[in-house]
Amino acid sequence: MAVLLEMQGIGKTFPGVRALDQVNLTVEAGEIHAICGENGAGKSTLMKVLSGVYPHGSYEGEIRYDGAVLENRSIRDSESKGIIIIHQELALVPLLSIAENLFIGNEIAKNGVINWQMAFRKTEELLRKVGLNEAPGTVVGKLGVGKQQLIEIAKALAKDVRLLILDEPTAALQENDSQALLDLMLELKAQGVTQIIISHKLNEISRVADRITVIRDGSTVSTIDRADISEDRIIRDMVGRDMANRYPDRVSNPGETLLEVDGWNVWHPEQKDRQVIHDAAFHVKKGEIVGIAGLMGTGRTELAMSLFGRSYGRAHKGRVRMQGREVDVSTVQKAIAAGLSYVTEDRKALGLVLEEPIVKNISLANLAGVAMRGVLDKRREARVAEEYRKALAIRTPGVQQKVLNLSGGNQQKVVLSKWLFTEPQVLILDEPTRGIDVGAKYEIYAIMNDLAAQGRGVVMISSEMPELLGMCDRIYVMNEGRIVGELSRAEATQERIMAMILKTEGRAA
Amino acid sequence: MMADGKAETGKKGLGAHLGGHLQENGMLVALVAIVFFFTLVVRVAIDVDFLSAQNITNLFLQNSYVIIMALGMLLVIVAGHIDLSVGSVAAFTGAVAATLSVSWHWPVIAVIPTVLLVGGLIGAAQGYWVAYWRIPSFIVTLAGMLVFRGSTLWLLGGQNIGPFPKSFQSLSTGFVPDFFMVDKPNVTAIVVVTVAALIMVVLAWRSRQRDAEFGIEPEPMGLFVARSLIISAALIFVGYKLASFRGLPNVVVVLTVLTVLYAFFTENTTTGRRIYALGGNEKAAKLSGINTNRLVFLCFTNMGVLAALAGMIVTARLNSATPKAGTGFELDVIAAVFIGGASMTGGSGKIIGVVVGALIMGVMNNGMSILGIGIDYQQVIKGLVLLAAVIFDVYNKNK
Repeated sequence: MAVLLEMQGIGKTFPGVRALDQVNLTVEAGEIHAICGENGAGKSTLMKVLSGVYPHGSYEGEIRYDGAVLENRSIRDSESKGIIIIHQELALVPLLSIAENLFIGNEIAKNGVINWQMAFRKTEELLRKVGLNEAPGTVVGKLGVGKQQLIEIAKALAKDVRLLILDEPTAALQENDSQALLDLMLELKAQGVTQIIISHKLNEISRVADRITVIRDGSTVSTIDRADISEDRIIRDMVGRDMANRYPDRVSNPGETLLEVDGWNVWHPEQKDRQVIHDAAFHVKKGEIVGIAGLMGTGRTELAMSLFGRSYGRAHKGRVRMQGREVDVSTVQKAIAAGLSYVTEDRKALGLVLEEPIVKNISLANLAGVAMRGVLDKRREARVAEEYRKALAIRTPGVQQKVLNLSGGNQQKVVLSKWLFTEPQVLILDEPTRGIDVGAKYEIYAIMNDLAAQGRGVVMISSEMPELLGMCDRIYVMNEGRIVGELSRAEATQERIMAMILKTEGRAA
Repeated sequence: MMADGKAETGKKGLGAHLGGHLQENGMLVALVAIVFFFTLVVRVAIDVDFLSAQNITNLFLQNSYVIIMALGMLLVIVAGHIDLSVGSVAAFTGAVAATLSVSWHWPVIAVIPTVLLVGGLIGAAQGYWVAYWRIPSFIVTLAGMLVFRGSTLWLLGGQNIGPFPKSFQSLSTGFVPDFFMVDKPNVTAIVVVTVAALIMVVLAWRSRQRDAEFGIEPEPMGLFVARSLIISAALIFVGYKLASFRGLPNVVVVLTVLTVLYAFFTENTTTGRRIYALGGNEKAAKLSGINTNRLVFLCFTNMGVLAALAGMIVTARLNSATPKAGTGFELDVIAAVFIGGASMTGGSGKIIGVVVGALIMGVMNNGMSILGIGIDYQQVIKGLVLLAAVIFDVYNKNK
């Protein structure tokens, strides 16, 4: 096969940081090429070099594309050559229709007047190609993330894409949407579109990729052919060591019951008749890690947030007990006082004040703990932050760093520190390892085990079944707002969990 | 990668420090430069001493209301909101003060707290809609701007009310009596200012020590000494000048006390910290158990109280409540906050920056008036300065 893209000796330096150093990447025409690496390894930087976000001259090395040297001055430049990147954060305008979104900046127009008939017809054509059955006039914001992702791809197709770059395309998708997306990638490949996929999900990569290039600490480690792809090999190359065990060992020794929820009902915040959580009942014991499995959108986050100070929904009904005593969790403050903590799934939007330093983020939920009669003791505050930095191994030059500058794993540790400082008895962790690389995941698991060993109760909400199976003593399965089953560690398998979900599908009215 | 920590080792050079602190010190440098500029130009053009005791006193009297309201406006803006009504509220509360004091002959001691209460209630009323009904503050306070301008006209019946009793006037035009019984210079003023300068240097030294303890690399000794010297010298100079005129104006005392109080509040109290967190990320603050609605409510209530204080000072200075009082104040105040480095999106900004921002506006107003520059040019120049200051700030942050 012919070589479509060749990046040779790419280097890129930011003030104080060498982000890329001697990276080589060769992509053949018509292949799906995966790029793996831990967060911060330089994958996204490399793609930004390729797509012209960092213009020619701001990096070292040479890019050859389609037989010629590529010197992009801007994204428009690279797009005109058919190199199109779909970023992790979708770039769609939620209030505009699909058709409007597809041709943004690329309108089918004559003298600035848009030909809507043509645009709609083309939209229908493109939607058919990506297998999306929606009217071109549908407002994008009304669609789920999975469908929006397909629209992004359709948008790329509208620009006559030759090299499509997908940056963690399935990070926010649930299982069946991910599968559909991967199928689409294979179909595009059959049509001759060369693709680069950046992903953390090794099973997906091994499904679609022809070759994999692993990047570690800003340099290329290896390029692996399809025949030699194995998860162990990829992980070894990514972290630079063998990861025989992806989940740290733990001796489980559950004690008395800490948190007990029963008859918990919650209604949708806007749609009055829509019940989101139906009669949920579960409990967590001292020293126990309890999982909540289920597809996205089944109400796991809603359950957790409604319990945590009614942060979600309205007309809450039900009982919450802590160590046998009924507690009031009607506000976040009361929930914290009752010994509950909720670590959000969306740490950037809901967990951190990104512009503030680590130290101020850690103390935020328990300012009284570093203050006397409302006056802050900054010395104590810094000491506390420093303790958590050491205990959780937050990698940073110092606690005065803005959390904005930290990698995903380290940001997650800051959020965890914030909640640990409130001295919770029960922590609800919502997708605690989302968007975090393999090495940092292991550290988060180890922290969770420590918490359980200290006699706290841990609730882990996750869409990744292997991690639930690897970490939890018990797993509750949720579907359509109900807890539809409970499995012990010994009973739990992926098949059983899926079976529980499928059996209850469509049961609720 | 970024978080590895390898990147940020080694000592920063003096240049890097000047650069890093330029953002913090930049406006202070700008203020000093502007003062020098006017001193020079006023001397050359019309042979008048810009830094005369009388003019320095005037400068404070003229701009006190902007500084006072800017303190409250900073909180509002840090919380991610805006208050357009402060000019009208100041006018209305001034009119209330006039009614109570002049028409109803209430004693000053009763007028002041009552008017502050009225201001607080007005702020609370606006804050209620913003905080608990989520009505955009721009809309609520735009409405407030119209409502209280109208209410001022109604209350005054389109007339000016005055003059005020001496005791009320002293709120703005009074001076702290000299306890040392020497005629001139006013020893109290000199003593107070010298002590203030000393305290400031000591506090700065202590915070520098604390920085070292927290592992923040302190700025080089030279820079620290130079800055402390310049600031203390400026303070003592201003104090000496004030002393040789009529002493410390009451307004300056009020200003200083409020500035110190609000600086302490924003930087060292839990409530202050929470306001910054709320402005930085409201959802995260809420999920951290912070009662964000109540904080927004309090910010607006506080703004109302300060607008009332400013309203009384302005009214006392003019010695009459007029329907047109306070027109355009909101713009000066908001401009001062942004010149002082507050962020448009909330979450950042410092009290000291705001005071410097307000002084920059004040010095320019005063200097241009002395030079006899027309109001037309003044507006254009002030507008450009606001734009330049914010561009400078944004440029610095993106660097």
